[in-house]
Amino acid sequence: MAAKKPAPKSNVSADELKHHYREMLLIRRFEEKAGQLYGMGLIGGFCHLYIGQEAVVVGLEAAAEEGDKRVTSYRDHGHMLACGMDPKGVMAELTGREGGYSKGKGGSMHMFSKEKHFYGGHGIVGAQVPLGAGLAFADKYLGNGRVTFAYFGDGAANQGQVYETYNMAELWDLPVVFVIENNQYAMGMSVARSTKSKTLWERGAAYGIQGEEVDGMDVMAVKAAGERAVQFCRSGKGPYILEVKTYRYRGHSMSDPAKYRTREEVQKMRDERDPIEQVRQLLLTGNHATEDDLKAIDKEIKDIVNEAAEFSKTSPEPALSELWTDIYA
Amino acid sequence: MATEILMPALSPTMEEGTLAKWLKKEGDVVKSGDIIAEIETDKATMEFEAVDEGIMGKILIAAGTEGVKVNTPIAVMVEEGEDVPAAGAAPAAKAEAPKAEAPVAAPAAAKPAAPAPTQSPDWPEGTKMKTMTVREALREAMSEEMRRDPTVFLMGEEVGEYQGAYKISQGMLDEFGAKRIIDTPITEHGFAGIATGAAFGGLRPIVEFMTFNFAMQAIDHLINSAAKTLYMSGGQMGAPMVFRGPNGAAARVGAQHSQDYAAWYMQIPGLKVAMPYSAADAKGLMKTAIRDNNPIIFLENEIMYGKSFEVPDVEDFTIPFGKAKIERAGDDVTIVSFGIGMTYALEAAAKLADEGISAEVINLRTLRPMDTETILASVRKTNRCITVEEGWPQGAVGNYISSVIMQQAFDYLDAPVINCTGKDVPMPYAANLEKHALLTVAEVVDAVKSVTYR
Repeated sequence: MAAKKPAPKSNVSADELKHHYREMLLIRRFEEKAGQLYGMGLIGGFCHLYIGQEAVVVGLEAAAEEGDKRVTSYRDHGHMLACGMDPKGVMAELTGREGGYSKGKGGSMHMFSKEKHFYGGHGIVGAQVPLGAGLAFADKYLGNGRVTFAYFGDGAANQGQVYETYNMAELWDLPVVFVIENNQYAMGMSVARSTKSKTLWERGAAYGIQGEEVDGMDVMAVKAAGERAVQFCRSGKGPYILEVKTYRYRGHSMSDPAKYRTREEVQKMRDERDPIEQVRQLLLTGNHATEDDLKAIDKEIKDIVNEAAEFSKTSPEPALSELWTDIYA
Repeated sequence: MATEILMPALSPTMEEGTLAKWLKKEGDVVKSGDIIAEIETDKATMEFEAVDEGIMGKILIAAGTEGVKVNTPIAVMVEEGEDVPAAGAAPAAKAEAPKAEAPVAAPAAAKPAAPAPTQSPDWPEGTKMKTMTVREALREAMSEEMRRDPTVFLMGEEVGEYQGAYKISQGMLDEFGAKRIIDTPITEHGFAGIATGAAFGGLRPIVEFMTFNFAMQAIDHLINSAAKTLYMSGGQMGAPMVFRGPNGAAARVGAQHSQDYAAWYMQIPGLKVAMPYSAADAKGLMKTAIRDNNPIIFLENEIMYGKSFEVPDVEDFTIPFGKAKIERAGDDVTIVSFGIGMTYALEAAAKLADEGISAEVINLRTLRPMDTETILASVRKTNRCITVEEGWPQGAVGNYISSVIMQQAFDYLDAPVINCTGKDVPMPYAANLEKHALLTVAEVVDAVKSVTYR
């Protein structure tokens, strides 16, 4: 991991920093609550938490414009909250209730929002990459100037379809930002154990795709890189790759015993590189916010998350008739 | 010694072709490897090279002649100083070896598929008809829909500049341009995913797989991405698109290129599966498929591409999904089939009629949704049923039909349902083995005799 970034540029406003703080905190508290509900048996199956990676989606959403699209894997709660989906609808989908985004039929891994241009929520590692390029294909075909963010992890980066997609995305100049969320572990397999490539983004060069590595624990660095990528894609130059170096504090899923890394490694990352704490310190040391200001934000977020949790418990289970709907359009 | 030059078979399924152009004229010296003619096959225009050296003695088939059967003598080569033998006197011995090969290629399709007497609800009596091949019908359907809806586009390997590996999309690049007729690299997994994403994003892709064998590389997107997203999103978004291409055995192309996927795709909720037999089926079902808001698996057959049928000459001819067609009415037994299986079913029905057995032949046309009502109504009348398909026996389409009949018309059955299928083996290459691996008309006839206790 690169050394800690210097203080933010003077042109970063206090409001912007507070916005990022608030957005990242929402994801963190939401995910902590999801973990609790899982422990209580209210959420079943697979549940992949995003804790530690918050700066990635919050930074990139800050670089997106209205109408831009996003698609990701099964570790998708953070992406949905960051693009403005309602925490109540997301949490109720986790608990498999009628009020969930997919009426309880998708679950943690499969949620969508046409309104927020969020295209899932895909459970097969790497499949979202050509799907994202396809969304960009449609935008280019329709000439609407939109850009798609196709998120995938370091694990998916070894899937063959990613490279098939790179080839066609560059061949056809598709406006897609390939975001490699390199959290350093594909389930239990560290990047060093899965490839001898020094970086993942540089593999794009084989197809003529430009890209860069980004400090994914620094929300402002992510946003700046996102703006470069979006500008590149929107101007018709084709795809762009961002390899965002990040870290997942929790296990791959709820049932991960985490024997593949030490507690010390995780603790060190939390202590020294936490994306939320970094922004918190910037706000305090720059006199942009007081402890009381931040406490007020914390309280506001806590209320939102509690409300979402309450909704997810009280929303009824889907009617049995829902079993047979939405199979055909 | 004078040698006959025979019309060559330039593709696995070619039975005849057009002698487009002679590049040597009578009296020209021909060296081995010289291009002597251009021949248009069912797939492309090919150059025909001379094997032997000599002098072009006589051209027997004029340039521009269409429908020249494979192995027809098209010219006579002579040696220097030799006279051109009188017509018909040329040695025929050379023709023996190749002759044995070509007809074997398509045992079921050896006869032109004549339109059988129908009880079709698809078009009123007296409708003006035109003759066209399955290939032309598919092309016309796609082109009509692309003219109607600018969000429809065609994507696949060699669909554009090459004019289609099987010439289905011939001429479409010229009409619609490279934005809508998109040549892809050989990368099925990737482009199937991109097309599915494009469907999520508001377009109506038609994805051509050069054959459905290659779709196995992409099947995750067909099933997990295209078929399931509507359900997983609680109805918010789905994939209105068509995956199409030749399915099933072609001819002499071996195990990895000869498989019928009908039963595979038929199992998946969220997909619809169409499998046309005739050109009318192909045209009407394809137009319906493109307009449908769901992912459609459209299973064509290479051997059927060149077959001609009558197609209603009306504007906007469509065939609804889930509606079988009784291609031939009968009383003694119900034969249910679909796709190329219909050629076996109809030939068997004709043979059986000669022996006094009246078979009702049902062409399913779509496997999902499946018109089981038409099957059941027929079985309640005939009390006997056999199913006919080229696919394998375990988990066959016919197995499902049998179970539906057993559960809903058990008391009407006078004999167990028999599933006629391809043999339970990977497709062999050798001509004689391939012939045995495929279904035969005789097997269908035998099955009918068995259920009618004749």
